[in-house]
Amino acid sequence: MAVEVLMPALSPTMEEGKLAKWLKAEGDKIKSGDVIAEIETDKATMEVEAVDEGVLAKILVAAGTENVKVNTPIAVIGAEGESVAAAPAAVAAPAPVAAAPAPVAAPAATVPAAPKSEPDPVEEVPPGTEFVSMTVREALRDAMAEEMRADPTVFVMGEEVAEYQGAYKITQGLLQEFGAERVIDTPITEHGFAGIGVGAAFAGLRPIVEFMTFNFAMQAIDHIINSAAKTLYMSGGQMGCPIVFRGANGAAARVGAQHSQDYAAWYSQVPGLRVIQPWSAADAKGLLKAAIRDPNPVVFLENEILYGQSFQVPKGDFVTPIGKARIVRAGTDATLVSFGIGMTYCVKAADELAKLGIDVEVIDLRTIRPMDLPTVVRSVIKTGRCVTVEEGWPQSSVGDHIASRIMREAFDYLDAPVISVTGKDVPMPYAANLEKLALPNVQEVIDAVRSVSYR
Amino acid sequence: MAAKSAAKPKSSEAQAAVAEFTKDQDLAAYREMLYIRRFEEKAGQMYGMGLIGGFCHLYIGQEAVVVGMQMCLTPGDQVITGYRDHGHMLACGMDGKGVMAELTGRRGGFSRGKGGSMHMFSVEKQFFGGHGIVGAQVSLGTGLGFANRYKKNGNVSVAYFGDGAANQGQVYESFNMAALWKLPVVYVVENNRYAMGTAVTRSSAQTDFSKRGLSFNIPGEQVDGMDVRAVQAAGQRAVEHARSGEGPFILEMMTYRYRGHSMSDPAKYRSKDEVQKMRNEHDPIEQVRSRILAAGFATEDDLKKIDASVRDLVQEAADFAQTDPEPDVAELWTDIVK
Repeated sequence: MAVEVLMPALSPTMEEGKLAKWLKAEGDKIKSGDVIAEIETDKATMEVEAVDEGVLAKILVAAGTENVKVNTPIAVIGAEGESVAAAPAAVAAPAPVAAAPAPVAAPAATVPAAPKSEPDPVEEVPPGTEFVSMTVREALRDAMAEEMRADPTVFVMGEEVAEYQGAYKITQGLLQEFGAERVIDTPITEHGFAGIGVGAAFAGLRPIVEFMTFNFAMQAIDHIINSAAKTLYMSGGQMGCPIVFRGANGAAARVGAQHSQDYAAWYSQVPGLRVIQPWSAADAKGLLKAAIRDPNPVVFLENEILYGQSFQVPKGDFVTPIGKARIVRAGTDATLVSFGIGMTYCVKAADELAKLGIDVEVIDLRTIRPMDLPTVVRSVIKTGRCVTVEEGWPQSSVGDHIASRIMREAFDYLDAPVISVTGKDVPMPYAANLEKLALPNVQEVIDAVRSVSYR
Repeated sequence: MAAKSAAKPKSSEAQAAVAEFTKDQDLAAYREMLYIRRFEEKAGQMYGMGLIGGFCHLYIGQEAVVVGMQMCLTPGDQVITGYRDHGHMLACGMDGKGVMAELTGRRGGFSRGKGGSMHMFSVEKQFFGGHGIVGAQVSLGTGLGFANRYKKNGNVSVAYFGDGAANQGQVYESFNMAALWKLPVVYVVENNRYAMGTAVTRSSAQTDFSKRGLSFNIPGEQVDGMDVRAVQAAGQRAVEHARSGEGPFILEMMTYRYRGHSMSDPAKYRSKDEVQKMRNEHDPIEQVRSRILAAGFATEDDLKKIDASVRDLVQEAADFAQTDPEPDVAELWTDIVK
C-alpha cells in the first residue's frame, strides 16, 4: 500500500518552502524516523523524518524546488517488497497527488506574498525615491544593520540572535558582519538579560534586546517598566536609557494561549516608554531605525505572520518619525483605525466596503505611544464615524482609549458610537476553529463599519 | 582581631589578609563612616518630624562596607545598589545637601525631588541608583559591567545587594552571564542578617552567600563587614580580579543594621540585647576610633574636631533640605521622555 509523504509545515505560519535536498534515493529502504529530506524556509532549515516504513518508491518533487506548498505530496513510500518499478502506478492511483492545491510543477508562479497588501509608498520620503519590494523580516534586519554600521554603541542581544541567525531569522547575517562582540547570544534568561541591557544603556550603550516573542518578556517586564521607563523621571532628567526591546508580538497561528498575546495596550499605558507596532515593511524599517536612534526606551512590537509579507520600501537611509500615524487610504464615510496586523483586516475590509458604496478612511497608527490622536480626530471630524481594530483583548484596549478620546475631542461630530473590534475576551484557544473565532476578522470589521454607518 | 561571633568570616584567607591601615587611611575611614552615621541619624530624626516622607531605610551599622569598598575603586568605576542607598551616595562623594534635599522632596535634591530616598543618581560620581525593586540592581549592575567590557575602558562595576535580594532569581541569571562573559563586576552581598524581618536562617537554604556563585565558578569570600580594614583588603582582591579580566567576584559582607528595616519597623524579630551586643562589641566606627587612639594617629581632641566638622556638614545638609523650596509644579511633566 503506497503512502504519500506530504510537505510538512515547520511552523504554524509556514505556507511554503524549498525542498533543499533528498537524503534517500528512490528504491532506498526507509524506517520510521529516518531523515529522508531537508526543507528550507526563510526562517529555518529542517529535516523531514519518515513516519511510515517501507521503500521510497517515488520522489515527486525534485531537490532544489522552491515554493513547495505545505501539504503537497513530495514522495511516495511503498510497502516493503513492492517493486520500485511498480510504484509510479501506485502513485497515479490516489488522485490527490495530481490534484494538489498548488501544483509543484509550476513553482515560479507561486509568490503569494500578499501583493494586494502592498500599500502606497510612505509619504515621508521625498518624491522620486526609488522603491524596492522587501519583506518585513528583511526590512527589520536592514534597519539594525544600517544603524550598527553608523553607531558602534549599537549592539543586539537575545536568544539565538547570533549563531542560529535569529529564531525568526530577523538577525540573519548580523553575526557575520558585526562579530560576536556586538551580536550576542544570551542564555534563556529574559529577566536577567533585559536588566543587563538596561544597565548597559544606563552606561551609554544602545542595546537592541530581542525577545524571541513578547510573551517571554513578561519575565522581564519589571526591567522594561521599573528600570527602563521610569529612570529618567526618577533621576530628575540626569539618566537616560536608549534601548530597544523588540520581538514578535501577538498571535502567530495555533501556538496556544501562552504564546498569543498582544501587548500593545499593556505597554501603551506606561509613561516613559515609546511603543511602536508597525504593519508595513517600510514602517518596520523606518521606525526601527528611529527607535534605535531614540534616546528613550522603545518597545517595538513585531508580528510573526507579517515577517514574511512583502511591501514597497524606499531605497537607502530613511527614518520614519515616531508618533505619526499614516492615512493609508483616504475616505469620507467612516474612519478605520488600526495598527500592526490589524491593518491587514482593515485594508481588505475597506476594499469590500467600497463595493457597498462606503468610502472608508484607513489610518495606521504605527506608534501606539505617543499616539497621534490629532490625525484620528481630524479624520473623525470629517467622517463622523469610527471603528478601531486590534487583536488584543477588549477591556482597556487601545481602541477603547481612542474611543474615549474621540468622545472628548469630537463628540459633536460623531454620528454613531465608536466601535472597538478586538480579540475576544478569552485566552487564545488552540483548536483551529476556535482560534479563528477568537481573533478579529475582515467580516467583523465590515460589520462594524456598516453598523456605525447604519447601512 | 575584630572578627568574632556573628561577624566572623569563615575564610581564613580573609582573616590573614587584614593589614593595618595607615594613619591617613584610618582617619579617612573614621571621618567617612562617622559622616554616614551622623547623616543617617539626622535623617531618622527628620523622618520622625515628618520632614521626610514615604520609605526611609537607614544604613546605620553597615558603614564599614561601603567606605571600605569605596577605597578600592578608581574614577570611572560604577556603583549601584538597592533602596538602602544613602551611605553609598555619600561614600561616592555625592553632596550631602543634595541627598538630604531629595529625602525631603525639594528641588535641590539629586533627582530634583522626583526620586526620593530610594531613587537618586549621579552620572558625575558614577552612582547608578538607588533601585526599589529588590534584586533589580544586580542585573543592572551586571549591565554596567557589560558596558565596561564592551567599551574596554578597564572599569569595574560594584553591585551591592542584601541577603534578602540574594534569593531573587535574576541574581543567578546575572551571575551566570557575568561568569560566562567574564564581566568586570564585583557583587557585594551586605548580609545584615535580616531580609526586612526574616532572619537569614529562615529564608536561605545556603546561608553562606559567598558560596552562591559556586555553580558558576565565581569565587567568593566572606568578610568581616564591621571591620573597614577587612572590607578594604577583600575589596582590593575582588576589584583586581574583576579588572584583570578574570570575571566577577562575590564578597559577602557580614554586617548588621542597628535600626529597623525602614522607619516603620518595630523590629520585633530580634532582641534588644542582640542589637546592643553588636553595637558594643563590633561597631565599625568605634573599632577605628580605638585603633586611632591606640596607635597615636590622633588625640581625643583631634577626633572631637572631626566629630564637630562632620556634625556641621550634616547640619548644613539638614538646613538646606528644610529651606530649599519644593519642586516647581511644572516639574510634574518634565523628564518623562527625552
